[in-house]
Amino acid sequence: MIADTQITDVALAKQLGLTAQEYDFICRKLERKPNYAELGICSAMYSEHCSYKSSKPHLRKLPTQGPRVLQGPGENAGAIDIGEGWAVIFKMESHNHPSFIEPYQGAATGVGGILRDVFTMGARPIASMNGLCFGSETNPVTHGLVRGVVKGIGDYGNCVGVPTVAGQTFFHPCYNGNNLVNAFTAGLVRHENIFRASASGVGNILVYAGAKTGRDGVHGATMASKEFSSEKEPERPTVQVGDPFTEKLLLEATLEAMQKGLIQSIQDMGAAGLTSSSFEMADRAKTGLHLNLDKIPSREHGMSAYELLLSESQERMLIVTQEDKFDGLKAVFDKWDLDAEIIGVITEGKKVTMTYKGETVVDMPVDLVANPPMAERPLSAPSDLKQLWFMDRNQLMVAPLQQKIDRLLDTINFADPTPLTQQYDSMVGNRTEGGTFDDAAVLRLREIKSKPLRLAFSTDCNPRICQLDPREGGRRAIVESALNLAVRGATPIGVTDCLNFGNPENPEVMWRFSESVEGIAEACEALKVPVVSGNVSLYNDTDSRPIYPTPMIGMVGLIEGEQKLPYSNFFGTELELAIIGNLEASLGGSQLAYQWFKRDCGQPAATDLPASQRMIKFLGQLAKKNMAYAAHDISEGGLVVAALEMAFRSPYPETGVEIQIPSRIEIDEVLFGETCPRVLLAYAPENRVEIETLCSRSAVKFNKIGNTTDKAKFKVTQGLAVLSDMSVSTVKETWQNKWKGFFN
Amino acid sequence: MKVGVITYPGSNCDDDAVYTLQETCGWQTDRLWHKDTPSLSEYKLLVLPGGFSYGDYLRCGAMAALSPIMENVKAFADAGGYVLGICNGFQVLCEAGLLPGALAKNDSLRFVCKDVDLKVETNDSPWTNFLKAGDTLSLPIAHGDGRYIIEESDFAQMRGRHQILLTYQNNPNGSAFDVAGVCNEKKNVFGLMPHPERASDLRSRNGMGVWRSIQSVLEKA
Repeated sequence: MIADTQITDVALAKQLGLTAQEYDFICRKLERKPNYAELGICSAMYSEHCSYKSSKPHLRKLPTQGPRVLQGPGENAGAIDIGEGWAVIFKMESHNHPSFIEPYQGAATGVGGILRDVFTMGARPIASMNGLCFGSETNPVTHGLVRGVVKGIGDYGNCVGVPTVAGQTFFHPCYNGNNLVNAFTAGLVRHENIFRASASGVGNILVYAGAKTGRDGVHGATMASKEFSSEKEPERPTVQVGDPFTEKLLLEATLEAMQKGLIQSIQDMGAAGLTSSSFEMADRAKTGLHLNLDKIPSREHGMSAYELLLSESQERMLIVTQEDKFDGLKAVFDKWDLDAEIIGVITEGKKVTMTYKGETVVDMPVDLVANPPMAERPLSAPSDLKQLWFMDRNQLMVAPLQQKIDRLLDTINFADPTPLTQQYDSMVGNRTEGGTFDDAAVLRLREIKSKPLRLAFSTDCNPRICQLDPREGGRRAIVESALNLAVRGATPIGVTDCLNFGNPENPEVMWRFSESVEGIAEACEALKVPVVSGNVSLYNDTDSRPIYPTPMIGMVGLIEGEQKLPYSNFFGTELELAIIGNLEASLGGSQLAYQWFKRDCGQPAATDLPASQRMIKFLGQLAKKNMAYAAHDISEGGLVVAALEMAFRSPYPETGVEIQIPSRIEIDEVLFGETCPRVLLAYAPENRVEIETLCSRSAVKFNKIGNTTDKAKFKVTQGLAVLSDMSVSTVKETWQNKWKGFFN
Repeated sequence: MKVGVITYPGSNCDDDAVYTLQETCGWQTDRLWHKDTPSLSEYKLLVLPGGFSYGDYLRCGAMAALSPIMENVKAFADAGGYVLGICNGFQVLCEAGLLPGALAKNDSLRFVCKDVDLKVETNDSPWTNFLKAGDTLSLPIAHGDGRYIIEESDFAQMRGRHQILLTYQNNPNGSAFDVAGVCNEKKNVFGLMPHPERASDLRSRNGMGVWRSIQSVLEKA
């Protein structure tokens, strides 16, 4: 007999975020009304955040197979074979809503959650990255959000001891009411030590391990599946509180218990806490569970079944093991001063029952909870796309070049990230090689002795392009991420995606979602990189204004062999410069267009996918030549920004650039265009022939465009005309100082 | 030659220290657990690694300084054994009273991770004898609580005894008198905020200066 101390109705169900149809569905399947705790379980598991009910049908379009794939989507994280019996485990996940309500804890627990997803799979985390999008720099709340988010990421990752090695930060007014915090972590594991989250083996016990349960974060998943209104204060108790010290202990205890053979399978208690971990583990194994909630270690008195089930207290694990292994398991967790308690057992019958204080408080079929009905969301193409694509090209054409350069650079999006990045420990682990926060970070794998292997990590998304043409935005996020790896000499091997969009009940948002996913799928297929993990974050709106579509990509690349890393800066003052790819590129959706017209406009040109694939291959071959050269992906801000960034990072302060634009070529398109793929290459003149030969053999275009100088000037000429001649050091000083204001 | 690296709950540079001592320096390296109280007599050198022991929740290093193993570490140091504390390990040594001074929050109130230029103040120590006094040594730092605090009179006395081994050329954290690394009067205990173990094979080999210095002393001992 089920405890029915509080019988539910439609009104209560709606209050908890369920629809009338969903409530009706639950009643029919149960053949009775759910009680309060059961309704809470459904509310969390039917939320967009846990169920993917709007996105799942679209996600099926993503390519998830490949010869290196050891684990695709559906587990805590994806796994890719890197050779020598080793695998890289990785995933990117959003923590947007909590980070807007409470930036420090929201960002910190975002890092904590993704770390757990990775070590739950048996891997030791070796690197983290993040993708951050904030509102306008002039918005008074932005500075506080940036400070809180950056400190939250740093304090958590630094303490646990996983280096933060790369990231992307983007400011745009569309994020004024809803910033994005996307966290990526990768870990290393031997193939045979990969753990999965499946509650198999009837009679096996369920062990709760880690921190105690409190009332924090109750119903966080439901909160993350709602739009914000300007009244955000009441949501504060739904944000979880992180403790990186406990996470570090949990990481070490978990890996030690795994190594000792004391764990059969395991899942972390993330969104929807014990509810999602228990139902999902049972669902994967097609078993049932019985839980005794009295056994849950709690740190507050008088918690109800509802609160115990839906708490999102951090740093907790649900472990499946054999009963005779419990003593050994407990000893390991005791050593690390953590709780480990038997709270349940695996049963036959594909249902979950729970008792609390002598009563049965939950009795539900696994399938009803773990596989909610999908939502059918209508799609419709926005009617205003054609207007967005209009750009007054003539107005740009007649403006003096220097004025365009000045406006292009006058944005927080063109800034030295050092004041932010040096708050992160980027070196702990002693694997980080050379410059972090370049196009991609490169880490040696010191535990693999049989062969020199390195991993590279990059993250990318251009929300402007995604707004103007979401299909192209999806393609470009993939290709740019891949180019970021390739310029460091790495071969892309796997993708994780973090898809941040607005309210899926808005057909235009859903159309953009569908288009973006198809764009990602097209590009992944062309480049033959599988998507092995990911996350969808919807309802990123405030007062019904959706954010720009932001499919943030995390990509992993592999470097095999001893090759020297290419430079990412101008390493001399007598180098030649060449654009690999087309000389001219489209201004549609460019940073210049936004900076000039004060709105995102123009139609972005489509990424040439076959050319991208050839270029990535070319860059891989070039890296194997052990020739000194520098390479940098040309993206936001075009050639001007790419060349300036390479000059700023030069070890020689006198480094300058001279760009010579051939006659009868459109100057703006060369300097500011952003069509993908284009890469800026710098090399010693004596190596030109060899590079050009490799280009023609690889069927990629080689366009010599200028050279570096020792005059500390950024100079642009066409024939005899000097179109720009500005001081590099002056621009650099402005570039360096922009971020400092955030951290005073 | 056998050396030991101590792991406290929250240590996170212990793996890096073990890797460098074992793989790069080629020393037999044991991991020691803070709750144990082993005999330390077989070790030539003990290393207290970086990290966030006990989460830095009370005061950095304060809890770790009370770990069971610390009684043995103190006896080891009192008997002249060589002890090195890096970053959090330096904080633990100060809290344990094995080194003078204390470490407080950076004056920026922010964590800072970057390469810094250090000045070698003296090579009259087991830890710097391989280096040249006055030379620049570039090493990475990564800490939120690296501001060294010491009374001026104590500092003057320490300098006179050549206990100030490393100073910052551009003070990154507000340390008194730019201090980056100090040793005790007997010079067998050394603590520094920069990380030589992160600069011994990959990012640079500058950290090898510290390892070669102590190696020459330990081999003679």
